[in-house]
Parts: sequence; structure tokens; C-alpha cells
Amino acid sequence: MKPVFMTYTKKDLINLAVCMVLSVLVIPTFITTEYWYTSILIPWLCLALATIGQQIVMGYTGQLALGAAGFMAAGAFAMFNLILRVPDLGFVGSLIVSGLIAAAFGILFGLPSLKVRGIYLMVATLASQFFIIWMIDKFGWFKNYDSSGIITAQDIVILGKPFTTPLAMYFVCLAVTTVLTLLAMNMARGSTGRNWMAVRDMDIAAESMGVSLLRTKVQAFAISAFYCGVAGALFAFCYLKSLEPVAFDIKLSFKILFMCILGGLGTINGAFIGAAFILLFPVLLNAIGNNVFHGAIDATIISSIEQVIFGGLMIIFMIYEPLGMAKLWENIKQKWKTKISSSTNLKSSLGKKT
Amino acid sequence: MAIERKFKIGKPILEVKNISLSFGGVKAITDTSFDVLEHEVRAIIGPNGAGKSSMLNCINGIYKPQQGTVSFKGKEIPNITPNLMAQMGLSRTFQNLALFKRMSVLDNILVGRKLHTKTNFLEVAFQLPKVKKEEKINRERSEEIISFLEIEDIKDTPVGKLPYGLQKKVELGRALATDSSVILLDEPMAGMNVEEKRDMCRFILKVNDELGTTMVLIEHDMGVVMDISDRVVVLDYGKVIGDGTPDEVRSNQKVIDAYLGVEH
Repeated sequence: MKPVFMTYTKKDLINLAVCMVLSVLVIPTFITTEYWYTSILIPWLCLALATIGQQIVMGYTGQLALGAAGFMAAGAFAMFNLILRVPDLGFVGSLIVSGLIAAAFGILFGLPSLKVRGIYLMVATLASQFFIIWMIDKFGWFKNYDSSGIITAQDIVILGKPFTTPLAMYFVCLAVTTVLTLLAMNMARGSTGRNWMAVRDMDIAAESMGVSLLRTKVQAFAISAFYCGVAGALFAFCYLKSLEPVAFDIKLSFKILFMCILGGLGTINGAFIGAAFILLFPVLLNAIGNNVFHGAIDATIISSIEQVIFGGLMIIFMIYEPLGMAKLWENIKQKWKTKISSSTNLKSSLGKKT
Repeated sequence: MAIERKFKIGKPILEVKNISLSFGGVKAITDTSFDVLEHEVRAIIGPNGAGKSSMLNCINGIYKPQQGTVSFKGKEIPNITPNLMAQMGLSRTFQNLALFKRMSVLDNILVGRKLHTKTNFLEVAFQLPKVKKEEKINRERSEEIISFLEIEDIKDTPVGKLPYGLQKKVELGRALATDSSVILLDEPMAGMNVEEKRDMCRFILKVNDELGTTMVLIEHDMGVVMDISDRVVVLDYGKVIGDGTPDEVRSNQKVIDAYLGVEH
């Protein structure tokens, strides 16, 4: 299919329009409970954004990295300090600069990828996770010498207007996520994405075609960290509304890794599907526990069941659909299409006969 | 040759001087020298393990020879890397296929256009007009190559799903997309049937004829080599044992003994 606008085909634009109508008009009119915004939609957008970052480095460039939460912490604390110390930047400016600060860390911790690969790289990138958290904990300056350990995030003010209600924060997250997703799609479909995938699929051939491994890998790490940094800032300011290094521990990194794998490596929409699945799955289980079994099952058991089902799903996916839910979705769509077309063919051929 | 060539064979474009390469104690190449002239089809032949692929890897910078030099376009290149050679205008294909398996045929060939892509990632992200212009040119050139290789019907298929013969074609296409002046082909016809081989020969000669691209190829099929190459260098145990036109090589006693086998 030929692109109509930028890199998007007609189908993409329709999809985009549908998503926009859903998220801008339908959701705000029909969902009025705060719970949905504060506990599901906002973290979903933030984590989907971080997962796109993980996709860029892992799904597209094929570098096993495990430290997304570290970059998120860097972004979140950079944001806090920028708003505190350089108020002139404004919210959007601070968001971009905190992304850039995270990207600088991304370059630093992406350098090992030039020498080590695979599981060894994963261990090397863990350094980012621990180093950034340690640095924030160690030097009080980053937390503005706050002794309580948890700092309250400043209110979001854009162009003099406060964005403090859950709905307003949802729109902030939505706007940032939409813009960055579109940019990521442009990169992934353009020459930049081709270079990433070339490095992923066969690095020696990529080099022989003039793709610089150094530049491509470091670039992927930087962009990935930028996305994680922005996501981390939004995560802290819109979802947690507080800043503490503990919130960005290794568990969050793993969560993002799972979102990336379950959603489908090397896809942008997979980031959203994976994030939605991992966030909504516990909610769904809880709802089943409460409504079907009327609280007969203990909450701790439910959370254990969650882990069990989760692990099982991971294994099933790795075996039957290593390309994740995005691929599964594609397959279902494909099946429907062939079904519809075959049934219409059948009808038309029947019509001809009679 | 009877037919007049559009691109006359010229001066040496690639010179390999006294190359020695060993892996630990195993000597792959010993003191090997030969040259490749501009616009010619040059074949490297030899029995298995003669060091042919190692030779290409030395020229392309994947292996670093312990001794010897490689000169390209009249310049001696001290620190060869695959990237540097690509930038200087030398492209290659690989013996065991090194395609980007999860990418489509078109995307694979588009990666070959990397050196003709000057825009950076930010410009790509925002899809500035110059990105679109450049992408259009690159796509047009890639489509040209695809129709030249007669693989239009598979251009959107992921390469990993294609049969071997077609993958070899795609790899040639990717090398062509670089618009390099020299292309190294590492066994472009291995594992192909007669028809596919004939096709591949046609493509190689057509490229050489129409674009004047210098071709350096490794091949096992003697019939093919003798038919399409202007000059042949014969390696055995990492040493040159014969160098010259197909006829000269064919009558070289050393080559007959080592490669074609002594007649009984």
C-alpha cells in the first residue's frame, strides 16, 4: 500500500482517526469514574511509551537491554529538578530536556553493546538500572535534600493553566504519547528503522552495506532512553504524583520487558497491546474474584494466581507465537478477511450459477 | 570476445599484495597477490578450504590479515573495515547468505541504499521534505533493481520465507543497490539448479555490461567460471597456483593437477 501522508497508508490514517475519536471523544464522555483514569488509562499510556522505548532497542535493533526503569527514573528526577530549578522551561520544555538527559544516560550505558551481545549485554545494561537509582539515592541534591524519601511531584502547569484533574492529566499523557508514537512510527518505517533492523538481523552484512554499527546501536539506545525518560517523567507526574527511586526498581524494568515481548517484538502497536494486557490482567482477575466468587477467594491467592497465569502465558507465547500479541491480532484479522472474501466469492459464484 | 564492450577493461582497481592470514596455527592464506582490473569479471576458484572466502573477507575488512596490503582505487588502505570499504565503493554478498531475514525483499534492497541516504533520524522522525525526496529516489532505484532481477512478485515477502535461489538473487540485488564500482560475490550460484545458474550468470554479465561494475566472484562450477569470467585466479592451500584467462588456466598443469584432478 502506498503512503498517503508521511509514512502512513490510508489504513493507518483510518486507524489513527478511530483511536483519536475513541480516546478524545468516547472515553472522556463515557468514562466518568476517576479510578479508570488514575489507575488504568494514565499508567497504560506512560508504560506503553516506555515500552516503545524498549521496542526500539530490543525489538528493532535486537539489543537485549534491561534497564528501562533506570532511564525512567532519570527522566522523572530530571523533570522534578528542572521544574524546581529552571521554572522558565515550562512543562513541555522540561519534559523534552528530561528526555534528553535520559538519552545521555542511554548513550553511556549503550556503549557496552558494541563489545558484548545477547544475555551478556542484558547483564551489562542492568548497570544502568542500579547506577541511576543509586546515584539518585546517594546524592541528596537530586531529591532537593528531602528527608522523607518521597517527594511530592509539582503540579503540571502548561501555558499558565493547571492540569490537575485526572481527565486533564489523561489528556497530557495522551498528547505526548500520540506525538511520540507517530514519530517512532516514522523512524521505524523509514531509513532509520531499516538500519536498526539490519543490525538486528545480520550485523556483519549491515556493516558491509555501510551501516555503522557504532552509530546505529548508540542511536537506538539514545532514542530508547529518551522515550523511557519522557515516559518516566509522565509516570511520576501524572500517575504516582510523587517521586521515589523505589518506584523505578528492577521489577518495573521486567514489567516493561514483558510488555515488549508479549506485545510483539519489533512492533509499535504491540507496545500498547502488551502494556494494556499486563495492566488490565490483574484488574480483570480481581473483578472475576470479586464478582464471580464474591470475595470467597483471598486477595493474596488472586495475586498468586495472577503470577502463575502470567508465567504460563509467557511460556505459551514464546512457544506458539514468539512475535507476540500484535502478530496474533494480525493473524486473526487475516483469517477474518479470508473468511469474508471466501464467503463473498461463494455468494457471487452461487449467484452466477442461478 | 567478439562483442565490443561498453566499458573497456582498464587499470587495476583492486590490488592484493602478499596477503597472509592465519587462524592460530592454521594458515588460511600464504603470501597471495593478485589484482582486479576495472570493469572485468574476475573469478577466484580453488578446491574447498583453499582460502577463497577468507580472501574475500580480507578484501572486505571482515578479517584482518597478518601481512600484506589491499589497495583499492589506487590507494593503499591501512585499516580496512567493512564499513570503510562500503563507503569507498566495494560491496559484497556472502557465502551462507547474510540477508535481513525478517525484513521484506524491498527493505533488504533499500538497506543497500544506506550510503545514498544522508538524512538523520530526526529528519526521518519528522518526515521533512528532503527525507521524502530521498526516500522516493531510493525506492525508485530499488524497484529498478527488483524488476531487473525479475523478482517483482516477491518484493513484499519477508526474505526468510523465500527459497534459497531467490535469496541469492535478493542478496545480489542488495549489493547492486549500493551502486558500488566493485562487487564481491561469494559463491553466488551455490546450491542452484541449472536454470537458476543460467539466470544468475545472465544477471552478473548484464550488470557488468550495462553498469560496468567490476565483479569478483568465487564459484565452484567450472563451466560457469570459464564461460563468464575474463580472468581467473586459482588458489590452493592458500597460495596462487594459476592466474590468467580461462584458456590459460585451463591448460595450466598445476591447476589441472590440483583442481581439475589428474586424468586417469
